[in-house]
Amino acid sequence: MPDVALFVTCVVDQLVPEVGVSTVRLLEAAGCRVEFPAAQTCCGQPASNAGEPEAAALLARHLVEVFEPYEVVVAPSGSCVAMVHHWYERLLSGRDADRARALAAKTHELASYLADGLGTIDVGATIDATVTVHDACHGLRSLGVRDAPRRLLAAAGATLVELPESETCCGFGGTFALEHGEIAAPLADDKLRHAATTGARWLVSGDTACLLHLEGRRRRTGIGPEPVHFAQLLASGLPAGAR
Amino acid sequence: MSHGVVTPGDSIRERAANAIDDPVLQQAMRNLDVRLPTARIVADHLPGLKDRAAALRRETLADLPGWLDRAEAALTALGVHVHRAETPEDARRIILAIASEEHLTRAVKSKSMATEEIDLVDALEGAGIEAVETDLGEYIVQVAGERPSHMIVPAIHKTLEQIADVLETRADGPLPADSEGLTAWARDHLRARFLAADLGVTGANFVAADTGTIVLVTNEGNGDLCTIIPRVQIAVVPVEKVIARFADLATLLPLLTMSATGQRISNYVTMINGPRREGEIDGPEVLHVVLLDHGRTRLVGTAYEDMLACIRCGACLNVCPVFRRISGHAYDAVYSGPMGKVLTPLLSLAGTEGRDLPEASTLCGACTEACPVEIPLADLLVRLRADLRRPGAVDPLPSPSRPAVSSRGSRSRSPAARLPGEGFDSRVWRLPLASRPAPWTRRRVAFTVWARIWARPDGYRVSTRAARIASLALGRRWTRWSLPGIRAWTETRDGPLPAGHSFRSRWDKRERGAQRW
Repeated sequence: MPDVALFVTCVVDQLVPEVGVSTVRLLEAAGCRVEFPAAQTCCGQPASNAGEPEAAALLARHLVEVFEPYEVVVAPSGSCVAMVHHWYERLLSGRDADRARALAAKTHELASYLADGLGTIDVGATIDATVTVHDACHGLRSLGVRDAPRRLLAAAGATLVELPESETCCGFGGTFALEHGEIAAPLADDKLRHAATTGARWLVSGDTACLLHLEGRRRRTGIGPEPVHFAQLLASGLPAGAR
Repeated sequence: MSHGVVTPGDSIRERAANAIDDPVLQQAMRNLDVRLPTARIVADHLPGLKDRAAALRRETLADLPGWLDRAEAALTALGVHVHRAETPEDARRIILAIASEEHLTRAVKSKSMATEEIDLVDALEGAGIEAVETDLGEYIVQVAGERPSHMIVPAIHKTLEQIADVLETRADGPLPADSEGLTAWARDHLRARFLAADLGVTGANFVAADTGTIVLVTNEGNGDLCTIIPRVQIAVVPVEKVIARFADLATLLPLLTMSATGQRISNYVTMINGPRREGEIDGPEVLHVVLLDHGRTRLVGTAYEDMLACIRCGACLNVCPVFRRISGHAYDAVYSGPMGKVLTPLLSLAGTEGRDLPEASTLCGACTEACPVEIPLADLLVRLRADLRRPGAVDPLPSPSRPAVSSRGSRSRSPAARLPGEGFDSRVWRLPLASRPAPWTRRRVAFTVWARIWARPDGYRVSTRAARIASLALGRRWTRWSLPGIRAWTETRDGPLPAGHSFRSRWDKRERGAQRW
């Protein structure tokens, strides 16, 4: 029974805690013992992407320290995990960079940890719905997460319809969503329109920030299926007894 | 700049908004969709080719001055006059001097980004030399008084109807809005210009350092005509176009054409080995090569060196979600799309151009994935965002010593198992970020204060609780408020509502033994 430290991410912690709760339920359904290191805060990606690497390094150093004692770290976000994998060793130097590499080696995105790390494709959930999957960029391109969420959802009985241009960015892009709302919004519209053509009940993805951007736009336009994190959807199909 | 763009504006934000509000432009940009799969074809079917090409480009960059000297020697041996131009002004001066010395009056020009970079057509016209673009797309934008919006498809921002309207201004009667009819008209029309020209201006896709061969890749054969008919030819060649060996073309040519247009080879490949010799029936009598530096060699050895590996295929533009929406003119620069966002500020010798371009990226990484020569474009954008805020940052950081070109561990993995941009040991990853201090701007203060608070668990807890209380007190109302600070989000999207309880407070509840948490 592996011990897993949950890296919940600040966006999930503050805005959609249900995704965190769902992550815990899925990991436990897969036989893990979950711990939550309460000292964790944010991975620092907003600062890094904004061109403020010193500020990002402050948060990176803190996260490295918080998760150092644990064997396995899992987060319900491809983007935050990609930050640890790709940028930490570049933001930090010397011994800190070595510690960052050690953290990256044991830090996993949730879907790929379940499907590839544990080999648990069937978590015991049942989903009776048609879904379409948007491949969030950092999970896809920095971590290679593509099949894992689809396999997990299919094993739960969900009907998968491929999203046209599933690998095209939704337009969120972190600080970009604030600096360039004029481009971010039409890109969200493209994604939502593509999702609408699939006839799916849910637009599923693995990064909460992208989903909030899509949901915020959908509230304005009324177009497209409801965006949902795959962990939340999958955990909703777990038997009620499973905590 | 800002001349000849269909989407004007003072910032990329303004120009992008204009582009998105232009329904005809949006309709025209859909023509780009057919090019979307080119990068995927290369990645899926020619992974080995991509690997070899990336290595060949780095080989040249590892000793760019040396390969340039060898190329110059080989060109000179063939009877080519070689000039070195440090700046666009130098290049224009050299070319106008040649034109004046040779009494040239009519120029035909094949497609070349380098000549855009030095504003050559304007310079020639200013000197009283008629200069006609002969690539059909370039000709269309020239007649329209615009600049190209895509390095491979210069008039991609125009619909067929708009193109017919533009060309009609040069025709005797109405033209049909179909591509065959328009092409046939342009072919006839341009033929007369070719025959009358005494100067052919070209760029070069590659120059082989061993043989001195100048290589032009075109689909319309206009490159051939520009080099066969006029008495004098001038090729403007950016320094990074030099390749070590003629034989490298076996790798680089198909990679370029596959990435650019999905063709295994372009319709025409023109290879020029010096001016016309005794007994030859065509080719220029006089051939000049202007090697253009324009801030390039100063990038060698810096974190931005990889950018010089670029072969101008346009694959990163075609896959870029931002480019596909805002089109090339929104960048208000010679080079647009992801590579333009990186290259424009780097080439700006005054340090003033394109400074807001790196911000206009979602950092989705599609460009890095598409690049056939493994340039980590998204990483370079992140780095530029940091470096452009630092004094003198446009002179990129010099590296203390040049490490030998080594491979990252991941290189030993098969191409298919690698992540995008992982194939090459890029300098952007070897040089530390932020080795130069940034000035204390408001933005930097804000990020630093935030990071200092959030690097402490209690700081995070207190600040997020305060934000939650404020937001919950306001309810859903604020999610559409247009206030400074949140307007950037709420103008186009509803703001996200924080949950009633954070994850950590629910976890605490569970720790206290609650069944439902």
